[in-house]
Amino acid sequence: MVSQLTPGERIAALITLILLAVIGLFMAAAGRADPLGAHGFVVLLSSTGLIFLLLSKSNGTPPDPARLLQYYDDPTKLGIILSMIWAVFGLFIGVWVASLLAWPDLTFDAAWASFGRLRPVHTTSVIFGFGGNALIATSLHVLQRTSRARLPEQFSPWFVLLGYNLFCILAVSGYFLGVTQSKEYAEAEWYADIWLVIVWVVYFGIYIRTLARRQEPHIYVANWYYMAFILVVAMLHIVNNLAIPVSMGHAKSYSAFSGVQDAMTQWWYGHNAVAFFLTAGFLGMMYYYLPKRAERPIFSYRLSIISFWGITFMYMWAGSHHLHYTALPHWVQTLGMSFSIVLLVPSWASAGNALATLNGAWHRVRDDATLRFMMVAAVFYGLTTFEGSFMAIRPVNSLSHYTDWTIGHVHAGALGWVAMITFGTFYCLVPWMWKQERIYSPKLVEWHFWLALSGTIVYVFAMWNSGIIQGLMWRTYNESGTLTYSFLESLVAMEPYYIARAFGGFLFLAGAVVGSYNIWMTIRMARGVPATPMDDLPVSRLAPEAGE
Amino acid sequence: MALEERDPVTGRMTTGHEWNGIKELDTPVPKVVIFFLSLASLIAVIYWVLLPAWPLGTTYTKGILGVDQRATVKQRLEDAQAERSAWMQQIEQGDAESIRADPNLMRIVRESGRTLFGDNCAVCHGIEGTGGKGYPSLTDEAWLWGGDAESIAETLRVGINAAHDETRASQMLAFGKDELLTRSEIGDLVSYVRSLGKPGVDDRSSAEEIARGEEAFIENCASCHGDSAEGDIEQGAPNLTDNEWIYGGDRRTLHTTIYSGRQGQMPSWQGRLSDAERQILTLYILSLQEK
Repeated sequence: MVSQLTPGERIAALITLILLAVIGLFMAAAGRADPLGAHGFVVLLSSTGLIFLLLSKSNGTPPDPARLLQYYDDPTKLGIILSMIWAVFGLFIGVWVASLLAWPDLTFDAAWASFGRLRPVHTTSVIFGFGGNALIATSLHVLQRTSRARLPEQFSPWFVLLGYNLFCILAVSGYFLGVTQSKEYAEAEWYADIWLVIVWVVYFGIYIRTLARRQEPHIYVANWYYMAFILVVAMLHIVNNLAIPVSMGHAKSYSAFSGVQDAMTQWWYGHNAVAFFLTAGFLGMMYYYLPKRAERPIFSYRLSIISFWGITFMYMWAGSHHLHYTALPHWVQTLGMSFSIVLLVPSWASAGNALATLNGAWHRVRDDATLRFMMVAAVFYGLTTFEGSFMAIRPVNSLSHYTDWTIGHVHAGALGWVAMITFGTFYCLVPWMWKQERIYSPKLVEWHFWLALSGTIVYVFAMWNSGIIQGLMWRTYNESGTLTYSFLESLVAMEPYYIARAFGGFLFLAGAVVGSYNIWMTIRMARGVPATPMDDLPVSRLAPEAGE
Repeated sequence: MALEERDPVTGRMTTGHEWNGIKELDTPVPKVVIFFLSLASLIAVIYWVLLPAWPLGTTYTKGILGVDQRATVKQRLEDAQAERSAWMQQIEQGDAESIRADPNLMRIVRESGRTLFGDNCAVCHGIEGTGGKGYPSLTDEAWLWGGDAESIAETLRVGINAAHDETRASQMLAFGKDELLTRSEIGDLVSYVRSLGKPGVDDRSSAEEIARGEEAFIENCASCHGDSAEGDIEQGAPNLTDNEWIYGGDRRTLHTTIYSGRQGQMPSWQGRLSDAERQILTLYILSLQEK
């Protein structure tokens, strides 16, 4: 890691880390009577730890200039490992939270283990920890290969990867301490949010600078999606997190928005986080690794174009479908609903483009669990987007809203689409990155595949049943015109489904543990024949910015 | 880079682009995609024509159906109100006895009372009203503040030790903690109270102990619980002779009760539930007795 940095980059890294340590110290001092102080120590300790690492590994010798003839994959490797660690942690917390609903005593009377704190720990760990690290790792890999250019320098990718994980740690540890701004999927407080903006701008910079030096005449579809992901997430994050801190010594802040404007901003953010983080980013992943693994050309370039622009344009309008039948004006709801319906077409076009790409490679899908992961991901993507558009229709929403159906829908997407495409990608990428001939055990990949698939199906079916029963019980009237069921009775009816859901989640977690073991053993496997790494086309010119 | 070539599987030409081995076919957009895109867009336009949809500065397009969710919900609430008003009025204005004599009204009371009870009372008193530790059962004969319709209605209205101005108020002193009684006196009292049940519990306490307990009882407890320990519904003091216990009748719990005192709470429901809803709950609670 350090040996690949040029002397100039080592100094830049040192200055950055010292600056960060000073900020950490300031936070610890100013926030000594507040959870902010604890986070100051987290920042201080992680930056001094890295300073120590940097100084102990810097031996004054500049890196081998021959490195510029190769792609820079070290950040991708660490990103994959971090992503899997977050996956196991986040899924474990997910199983715990799911079990809490069936067995509420599992909080052990501890505030940090209450449902309201564990839930954002789960969502942030899986979405940002697992998903985000996977996106950063794969995007840097795809960017270089499809541009035939090495990353512009060695410092900023590390800044992005490590800085991003610092954000995740601040967010998750904050929830345990009770720090939250109570915005779903944007719970992290102001100082962590500001830090993420800095990290994100550098991330976008890497993308632009590498693309500017690309040796291919066209920019590949995967990069359109990755760029849309980076750009739009920055915009969403900044606007939704506009807030005024109580003081520089407090973690607490107040949103710039209030009332229905706050709700609309939050769901404009929330839905587009699904669109541009969990959809666009992972479509980028799919567009590179699926054709690569299937060894087939993309089914239709034209379909890629209309899907991309359809998705980017239409999603922006759809957020208000989260606020049907609320104080939000009716016209905003109609717009959100109508664009959600149109959105189905480009979504299915993307899923169809992926599945049609497999024409001529279906025998591989049958034999190769890695490619099957990607195929099933595309199928779940199609199912989930259909369900999403359906649930966005107001009368349907009047049944589904506030019920477990929504939870089922989200997990069909998160487990079936996002996690499956990521696992498929990792099984592809890990042998390439560590220059192994193959994954340690294809048999364990099969195990992981079936655990993940059955876990997802158990989960989603449990929540469909539970959600629809809930929705119906809440709206059933008796002959005299009053509600038939009390809320308690609907909870009693949920219990078997909550147990089934926790079991489905457990299967999925077990799959991720098997996968982590398999990836770890692949990394540790004795180097086989160092086959020309994945037959990459060579880097076509030296990186001009990478001088001393 | 690479030039266009024919894909042997599909027979399509590639676009000629290539990225690290990935190529793309020049397949035209399938007609079915164009069809559904047009269809979905048409549906969207129909929605916009029919419903409120586009903002126009300070106003918005109202849609030719003239639908507005606020008007809709208001109308539906009024309709539902009207549908219920026939029996609602009878229950609100009728007296408890005549309603109880009307099987049709009582069917409605049981139906809607069960849900009202489940949503508002069951958290403490249990879904069947059987209570639990610290929360009285509503299905037995024991009543703190009276078990007739009027008393129950009043308890629901003002609550017990609640925020209501006219709340029913009651507190049992902490005889041990506040050093009104010694530890051994409390022990005697516990023996005495346990001997009161029908049949009394035999703790193998000596007759002297029980006699001393009785003396202490008359001096300290009888002002609320009465000389015969049968309680006083005017003060919310429970009957100690009926073998029905709110906190528990074992020695340990009785000792805690006398040592630390008790002050149970029930919220006031005036303002949270309408007069008719409280009437339904009153009658529903009375109907629990009939089982």
